[in-house]
Order: sequence, then structure tokens, then C-alpha cells
Amino acid sequence: MSLNEYLILSTIIFSIGLVGVLRRKNLLMLFFATEIMLNAVNIGLVAISKFHGDLTGQMFAFFIVAVAASEVAVGLGLLILLYKRKNSINLDTIQSMEG
Amino acid sequence: MEKYLYIALFAPLVGSLVAALFAMSPRTLFTGIFTSAMLGVSMIASFILLYSIITTEQIVHVTMMDWISIGNLSIPFGFVADQVSVTMMVVVTLVSTMVHIHSIGYMDHDRSFNRYFSYLSAFVFSMMILVMSDNFAGLFIGWEGVGLCSWLLIGFWYHKEDMPKVKDIKKSPFSTLSPYSSISPGYAANEAFITNRVADLGMLVGIFLIYWNLGTLQYDQVFAEIGTLSRGLIVGIAVFLFIGAMGKSAQFPFNQWLANAMEGPTPVSALIHAATMVTAGVYLVIRANEIFTVVPEVGYFIACLGAAVAMGAAFMALVATNIKKIIAFSTLSQLGYMFVAAGLGAYWVALFHLAMHAFFKSVLFLGAGNVMHATENEINIKNMGGLHKYMKPTSIIMTIASVSLAGIMPLSGYFSKDIILEVAFGSHTYILWAILYITAGLTAFYSFRLVMYVFHGEENFKKFGYHPHETHSYVIASMIPLAVLAVVAGALSKGTFVEMITKKLPELEIHLSHSTANILIVITLLIASSGIAFAVFWHRKYGTYFSGKMENSFIYKLLANQFYMPHMIDNVLLKPYLAMSKLAWKIDIHVVDNIVDGIAKTVYIIGGKSRVAQNANLSKSLLTMVIGLAFFVVLGAIYGFAK
Repeated sequence: MSLNEYLILSTIIFSIGLVGVLRRKNLLMLFFATEIMLNAVNIGLVAISKFHGDLTGQMFAFFIVAVAASEVAVGLGLLILLYKRKNSINLDTIQSMEG
Repeated sequence: MEKYLYIALFAPLVGSLVAALFAMSPRTLFTGIFTSAMLGVSMIASFILLYSIITTEQIVHVTMMDWISIGNLSIPFGFVADQVSVTMMVVVTLVSTMVHIHSIGYMDHDRSFNRYFSYLSAFVFSMMILVMSDNFAGLFIGWEGVGLCSWLLIGFWYHKEDMPKVKDIKKSPFSTLSPYSSISPGYAANEAFITNRVADLGMLVGIFLIYWNLGTLQYDQVFAEIGTLSRGLIVGIAVFLFIGAMGKSAQFPFNQWLANAMEGPTPVSALIHAATMVTAGVYLVIRANEIFTVVPEVGYFIACLGAAVAMGAAFMALVATNIKKIIAFSTLSQLGYMFVAAGLGAYWVALFHLAMHAFFKSVLFLGAGNVMHATENEINIKNMGGLHKYMKPTSIIMTIASVSLAGIMPLSGYFSKDIILEVAFGSHTYILWAILYITAGLTAFYSFRLVMYVFHGEENFKKFGYHPHETHSYVIASMIPLAVLAVVAGALSKGTFVEMITKKLPELEIHLSHSTANILIVITLLIASSGIAFAVFWHRKYGTYFSGKMENSFIYKLLANQFYMPHMIDNVLLKPYLAMSKLAWKIDIHVVDNIVDGIAKTVYIIGGKSRVAQNANLSKSLLTMVIGLAFFVVLGAIYGFAK
């Protein structure tokens, strides 16, 4: 398989994640969608790293995985707090400004 | 000698600043005494300088420090005590000291006693800067300083209400028969200030012309190089400088403010509007005599204007019943005399008359102050009468001053006024001489009309329940030196003065045989004494001067309404100006304001419309962000391909 196919796969997954971020109203699902996007980027990084013979991309992918893990930990914590306060994790119901 | 120069200059400032510290506190006698003492110190220093200049002929010239020094422009704070300025210094400090002492009595019951003395001393300081500066810029600072202090002091009783403008000649604030000197002190102060600003613009233009063409403002350099300029330019400089002088010295058409300035406290009128500030215009012409000698036609114009003002003001004084306005018109008239002398090139004569006039006119005003003080601020001379019995010293002093003003031999006024008439005759300007000659008669008449109405005849004040009493003895004592000078200054100082001053100012060039001069003296004395005699006898016989029929005549009304000048200023200048201002105000509201408001409103509306974007809905915000990002990615791609 050539690099292009990996990059196309990465783009497709990123788009799925993006649509998820835009369309879903459940905050938990939003997190999932963000994870999908991050991992789509990871695929791209690893693929390019492999094809160029440069390990930097793969190292970077590890960093992203680590950051994503900690981000989810913090995010879920906040999410639980929000749920306790508003009794909902729906984006539309927790909106407080009228605009 | 420098030491004395600085003492003379700064002692009044010290007095003013110390008095200013107490400005907000209730009356403290200390401020009055301290400022008077400071003025006394300044006077002594001025006299020492005068003595030294007479004996050693050494001019004291100091440069205190640099003031403006940019590129080629260098204006220092320089002061000079030469023959001209030392004369002015002595006159100013002498009259000021006496006026300060007089004011302690006159302002006794005023709640702003301390503030008054602060202003008065500040005025003297400004006046000293004006006369002592060695360059036009310093002169201009003093010029504006005295204008400011004059404004502060005319409007000293700023809390008085405006008087309505009525048609009745006995009540209208525009007429000299009414009990009001002008619409209100605030109005009079603003009128004086604004009129002077208009004239000062002229003077400023003159100073700029000098600087542009000569590159310096120092007197000695300017006068040394003035001949190198083209004739038209010199005429321009002379005319513009004279416009400034016209404003300060209240020459037509800037004359109206002086009569209205009588709203201020009477000692202020004595100091500022008789003896010192109004003579600043004459001083300017004398100081800049090198400029005016080059262009005799401008000088001739000055002389003609002066003669016209001398006569016009004397006519107005004939019918006025406002005691202060009579003296103010007389001041105006005498300023006219000074300008005739200065205009005809007899600069030292103008300076001499300025000094003599300062003595007898200030004492006349101070006497008027005593009279007003005694009659509960009455200013209508017809409501007084017979006061001689109650206030003998004031009466005697005012009579002496009036005789001096009338120019009777051998009092001071005779010596100075008579040479002016000789100059006018000797310069072959016979029309000017005739005008001044008639004015001399009128002067004698109206001065004694005032004296007769106030001090002699029926005691009209009783109808109003006044209880006149002589003022404090120290107030009289402050007037005595001035009265003595009004008698003897001319006779004693003329010889010395002429010898001293002609070292600085040009000598007299009149072609007059001795016999002609003697004839002139005799006929001048004749008209002056017949003016006095007429006033005295007519009053003795009829008790009044103008019959009811005359009071209804047009001329009487014309004079009582000051040639309708206040009405003209009101209708021709002020009302159109107000209408114009209102129009400009409307333009401001409808055009300028709308443009500014329109810009603000547009921004506000756009903000309101775009506010909905900030709705804190995460998915909508993300959508906006993605759309924006996509837009820029596409834009970048298109740009990349197009390249």
C-alpha cells in the first residue's frame, strides 16, 4: 500500500470525527469524536514516518496518545461535575447565553 | 542697581502671592498692610533707580534668564530701566501704593478683602513687567497680565444680577444717567476682556511682522534695524501695534469697555482705568517711537483719532450723572490728548502728560470712592450735593485735582496739557489744536459740574436718608501725596524731566515764537478758567445745568446714550454674532453631531446583529469555526493553484 491510501484513510476518519463533533449533542459522544480525530492524525503521522524512514512522526504519535489520555481524564472529570450540576450532558440544554 | 530693579519688579508679586494664600479666608487686615508695604518697597526701589538714572545717566539692563531659545529665536526674560521705563515705574508704584492704602479703607466691609489685594498686587506686577521688559514678547506678557487682572477686578462683584435693557433713559444700563454703570460687573468684565483680545490680535500681528522681518524682538535691535525695512512694511507694523494700543487705551472704536469698567471697585478704577493700565497704549507708542517716527502719516492718524476721542469723550462727560463715568470719560479724553502728542512726534510730552494725569486722575477717582462710600454707593451726582460740609478733606482734594485737570496755572495739569496744545499749534495742525482747545474748556466745565453737584448746592442726599461722613484718616492720608503731586509735580519736575527724558526720546521740534506761545498760554487759561467759572456760577444761580427742554433734545439724549455706541455694539455686533452662533450651533447639532453619531450607531447596529454568534452553544461555535477554517483552506488552495 502506498502512502496516499494511508492518508486517504486518515482524512476519512478525521472527517467522520469532525462530523461527529459538529452533529452530536451528547458531550460524551463529542469526546469520542475528538478521540477519533486525534487518532486519524496519528495514522497520518505514523504512515508518513514509516514511508520517510524517520521515527520522529511515530514518537509524536505517542505523545498525542499520552496527551489524549490525560485530556480524556480531565474532560471526563469536568463532565461528571457538569452532570451533577445541570443533571444533563446535552449541549443544547446546558446552553446559558441567549446570544 | 540691578538689585533695586529686581526688588521693584518682584515685591508686588510677593505681596500678591502672600495675599493669595489667604484668599479663601475671611478678611484679615494683614493682607492689606502686607501688600501695601510690598508696594511701598517697590516704590522706594523705583525712586532709587530714578535718582540714579537722573544723576549718573546709567541705564540698568539685566537679563534674568533665557525664556524661549529655539534655533535662531532667542527671547530672554530681560528687563531694562531706562529713562522711559523708570518714569513709568515711579508713576505706577507711587499710584499703586496709595491706591493699596486707600483700598484698605474702601474695601473694609467686603467679604473678599484678601482676594482683592491679591489681584491688585498681581496687577501691579504685570504692569511692571509691561513697562520694564526689554523686548516685545515680555511687553506682551505684561500686556495680557494686566488685561487678566483688569478682568478679575472689574468683575470683582461678579455675583450682581444683570440689569434689564430698558428704553427709559434714567434706568437703561446703556445710559450715563442711570444708576447702573453697565448691565452687570460680569458683563463689563467680559466686555473689557474680549474687546482687548480683539485689539491684542492686531498687536500680535505687529509683533509677528517684526519678528519675521527682523528676526528679533529686542527693542534696541529692532529699533536699530527698523530703517532697513520697506516703507509699506513699517506702516503695517506701526498700524498693527497701534491697534493693540487702541484696545488698551480705549480709543475709538474700542472705547466702550472703559466706561463700563466702572462697575469695578472705585480704587481699581483709580489705579487701572485711570492711572496705569489704560496708559499702556500710550507707553507702547512712546516705547516704539523709532517705528512711528519713520512713518509720520500713521502718527498723524493717531493724532487725529486722539483728538476725536478727546472731544467725543468730553462731550459725553457733559451730561453724564454717573460720577464714575464722568471721570472715566475724562480719562478717555486725556488719553486722547496723550495720543495727539505722541502722534505728532512729541513723545516726551505724551509721557509727561501721562505721569501728571496719573496723579490728578487717580486722586479724583479715589475721592469719588470716598463720596460713594459716604453715600451708600450712590453714583448719581444729582442725588448728592452739599457734601462739602460733611467731607471737607475729600472735597478740597477733589477740587484741587479738578483744577489740575482743567489745566490752570501753576498746577501739574497746566504744564503737561499746555505743551500738548503748543505742540498741536506748532506742528501747524490747527484743526487738532482747535479741537483740543475747545476740549480744554469742556474739561474744565464738566470737572466743576461734578464738583458743584457733589459738594455744593442743595443737600439732595437727605431725600434718600444717607448719613454722609468722612472716611478714615489714613485713607485721606493716602490721597494727600497724590494731591500734592497734582499741584506741584509739573512745576517741580518739568525741567529735570525734560533734561532726563530727551536723552532717550526725541526733542520737541515745534516752530513757535515766544510771543505766540505766550498768547496760546493765555487763551488756553482763559477758556479753562471760563469753563470753571461758568460751571460754578451757573450752579450757584440755577442749581442745575440743563433745562427740561434741553433734556428732551436729541443731542442731550445722544450724549446721555454715549452716542448710542452701546446700542450699536449690541445691535450691530452682538445680536448678529449671537444669531450666527446659534446658526453654527444648529449646524453643529444637525451635521457634525449626526455624522459622529451615525458612525457610532452603525457600529452599534452591526454589533447587535452579530451578537447572536456569541450564543455559547458549542456545536454551533464549532460549526462556525470549521466553516471559517474551510474557507481559509479553500482560499489558500485557490491562491496556491493560481500562483
